[in-house]
Amino acid sequence: MQLTVWTYEGPPHIGAMRVATAMQGLHYVLHAPQGDTYADLLFTMIERRAKRPPVTYTTFQAQDLGRDTAAIFKEAVAAAYARFRPQAMIVGASCTAELIQDDPGGLARALDLPIPVIPLELPAYQKKENWGASETFYRLVRALAGSPAERRPRTGRRPCCNLLGPTALGFRNRDDLIEVRRILDALGIAVNVVAPLGASPGDLARLGEADFNVVLYPEVARSAAQYLEKTFGQPFVDTVPIGVGATRRFVEAVAALAGADPAPVLADASSRLPWYSRSVDSTYLTGKRVFVFGDATHALAIARVAAHELGFRLVGLGSYSREFAREVRAEAVLHGIEATITDDYLDVEAAIQAAMPELVLGTQMERHVAKRLGIPCAVISAPIHVQDFPARHSPQMGFEGANVLFDTLVHPLMMGLEEHLLGMFREDPEFHDGAAPSHLGRTPSRIADAAERAPMNPPLASAPVPSLPIPDADAIRTAPWAPDAEKELKKIPFFVRGKARANTERFARERHLPLITLETLYDAKAHFGR
Amino acid sequence: MNAHAPIAATECGVAVRAERGQRAVFCGLTGIVWLHRKIQDAFFLVVGSRTCAHLIQSAAGVMIFAEPRFATAIIDERDLAGLADMNEELDRVVTRLIERRPDIRLLFLVGSCPSEVIKLDLSRAALRLSQRLAPAVRVLNYSGSGIETTFTQGEDACLAALVPALPETAATRDLLVVGALADVVEDQFTRLFSDLGIAARFLPARRADQMPAVGRGTRFLLAQPFLADTARALEERGAHRIAAPFPLGAEGTTAWLHAAAEAFGVDGRRFETVTAPGLRRARQALAAHAEKLAGKRVFFFPDSQLEVPLARFLAREMGVELIEIGTPYLHRAHLAAEIDWLPGGTPVVEGQSLDDGLDRCRAARPDLTVCGLGLANPLEAEGLTTKWSIELLFTPIQGYEQAGDLAELFARPLVRRARLEV
Repeated sequence: MQLTVWTYEGPPHIGAMRVATAMQGLHYVLHAPQGDTYADLLFTMIERRAKRPPVTYTTFQAQDLGRDTAAIFKEAVAAAYARFRPQAMIVGASCTAELIQDDPGGLARALDLPIPVIPLELPAYQKKENWGASETFYRLVRALAGSPAERRPRTGRRPCCNLLGPTALGFRNRDDLIEVRRILDALGIAVNVVAPLGASPGDLARLGEADFNVVLYPEVARSAAQYLEKTFGQPFVDTVPIGVGATRRFVEAVAALAGADPAPVLADASSRLPWYSRSVDSTYLTGKRVFVFGDATHALAIARVAAHELGFRLVGLGSYSREFAREVRAEAVLHGIEATITDDYLDVEAAIQAAMPELVLGTQMERHVAKRLGIPCAVISAPIHVQDFPARHSPQMGFEGANVLFDTLVHPLMMGLEEHLLGMFREDPEFHDGAAPSHLGRTPSRIADAAERAPMNPPLASAPVPSLPIPDADAIRTAPWAPDAEKELKKIPFFVRGKARANTERFARERHLPLITLETLYDAKAHFGR
Repeated sequence: MNAHAPIAATECGVAVRAERGQRAVFCGLTGIVWLHRKIQDAFFLVVGSRTCAHLIQSAAGVMIFAEPRFATAIIDERDLAGLADMNEELDRVVTRLIERRPDIRLLFLVGSCPSEVIKLDLSRAALRLSQRLAPAVRVLNYSGSGIETTFTQGEDACLAALVPALPETAATRDLLVVGALADVVEDQFTRLFSDLGIAARFLPARRADQMPAVGRGTRFLLAQPFLADTARALEERGAHRIAAPFPLGAEGTTAWLHAAAEAFGVDGRRFETVTAPGLRRARQALAAHAEKLAGKRVFFFPDSQLEVPLARFLAREMGVELIEIGTPYLHRAHLAAEIDWLPGGTPVVEGQSLDDGLDRCRAARPDLTVCGLGLANPLEAEGLTTKWSIELLFTPIQGYEQAGDLAELFARPLVRRARLEV
């Protein structure tokens, strides 16, 4: 048993739902107890879909267990077919139904429906959401892509490819697709099928007609692409075009497979990231300590952008995608750090605290952790909340995606700097809390007046800490701060203040200093200096 | 727990019908999300699967980061394969939890579908852990599984688990109000009862060591309609239920208070003096929304068992026309007064067959559809105005001072639809 408060990924049947909901003309019958329909609202609320996911749940209850849950399942499949008339169906069990051991595949086969019915085996007590999405897509491709046929000769037509991987509830998948299509279009490459997002079972039957495959999200589509490579001899590209460098490598790889000329696309100046990053305003970004965590695709890509395109220093890299742990570990080694591979957010929190970053790039959970630690943060990976399915165009991929990334990664730091400046000037006559804004005329409010006339409160000094003479406790006890040192500490930007405090206290502890003075603060700064 | 009693369709003025099929409802685990806010030193440990953890996380939204007092012990394949002894595993998890949260006084082991299906005996585990952790922590158990409970029934199961552990009392002068209410509502009711000369105590209390006592002759008043098992457990300890409608709207609140006043022999004039100011304010607040809601046709999908009292409030106080009231479960005795108040012939559907219900809703094209978040946006996209029902559990809606807020919850989507020009 594992004690869990927050989980990065849902169970594997949620992954199957992400594939089914992405597609058209496919229906999923899920053997599941009453209550598992909660998953619908991930799609209708977080992604704001205007239709219910194409999923029928058997919603069995305790009273049904003594009777025939298998019959309930068969009725549900028959009713779903009659009502929705899908081109194909997938059937499977959720965690509870896995325990009662009805056989969804066998039961559905017994109905002898006139459409393909694909059974899914999703071990809910071992695997998780992304694995479920990958397995479902792989099973669909295996079942529906048919057998290899003669591909049309390459002469006299545009090269064409499939785009594999975007799903429902995928982080920025909608807009990534627009950017990737734009690039392929500029290279003169036609898109045969995009799947799962927007594809029908009939479309999957045409996958073999493409010359090669482009895997946008390896978590979801790599195993399907490997199957297609083996069966249809289609090579695939799985360079994820997030960031300027990766986009260029992507363009080169795709152009090579298509026999196209990458030069015009590589010359595309629509990416403003390189210039923005070179402009002098960005100098202060140099060496900023950044911690990156997310799914493997995004964590790897964003780590490279942060280090090579924005000039940050990577002090932490991790992922909850165990399937890709090796790749993440290898990347971390390049930065001289050790990767954090875990699905326990408390471990991630501990790693963030230990690395003391100035910027956290992560999921919804890291956003909350960073907020609690007072560190600027941006969201770069699922799991995400509703605000990260924005109305505006906001891709991560391609040249426009790089522009979005520049803004996303730099914005929280700017806000941090602004906050710091306001804090520093708070005691100045123009900037204290009661002062009226400078552009609103000359009549300060009465409240402001009162605040100005009121005697200035003495700066908050820490309460005197009685020094308790505990033998042997010096090694673990932290020395108290002298008031002037405490005051000086407050002048340090708040987003590095925690680090300064921790370093100074460690410095004092190691030297058994009885009191942290102004001297100690600056001695420690010199000692730990970046 | 959800067994359907045979129904005589003509026993009351409404047409009650049972329906079976796919259900789009939450399971009882969801109750944790508001119960843990109410009992401030209790912790809820779900013993279940990753799905259970994912559900609570989805339902709790951002709340999950305010050091929540709930978690899931996720069963994994080692537990299922018998490689690990599940009871030992559970003890290990609980020990670690209590070490990390020494402020916890009451721990609920909450059963789920997986733990019920593999028949993990959580009641024995609770007993064992209670003995080990006594006197600092008491451990109780209940099931919030989807196979046994629907949404608010999780609260019922939780409170029913508390009842046998309540202290015994011989005093019968106190009124016991049953059902988790928002603190602000609870305080208002405390003041009203006190002005009536009634000492009211609440189940659940805000802290584990302040749970009310119960005994032969204790009289209790249900504040929520979904407390069948809790009421039964209280009756087993000799307590008596005061029959009343539920305190929603000006009329419902007055009738609810009146039932208690009558049971405690409060003088009629005193009752009027005490309730008059609240009643006046409630009516005034309701009038502001009446014209937006009057004559509107409303359809309820099943969700919380609050549907019947809410529909009664909308019909009688706001002039709404009821098309259909879906409810996951209809407790005929507890809702007798509510059913009496419904307009004759109102169709009430107990249980659900989702696609059939959607067909009826689409055919009726109601002005307002009350439904869960899985249905709300899809129905909006079809041009129907919806009110998502979960909010009715998380928002204070009971009592005089909240009557206007309750009406506004239904009026707001209609106002919004009228206001938007794009």
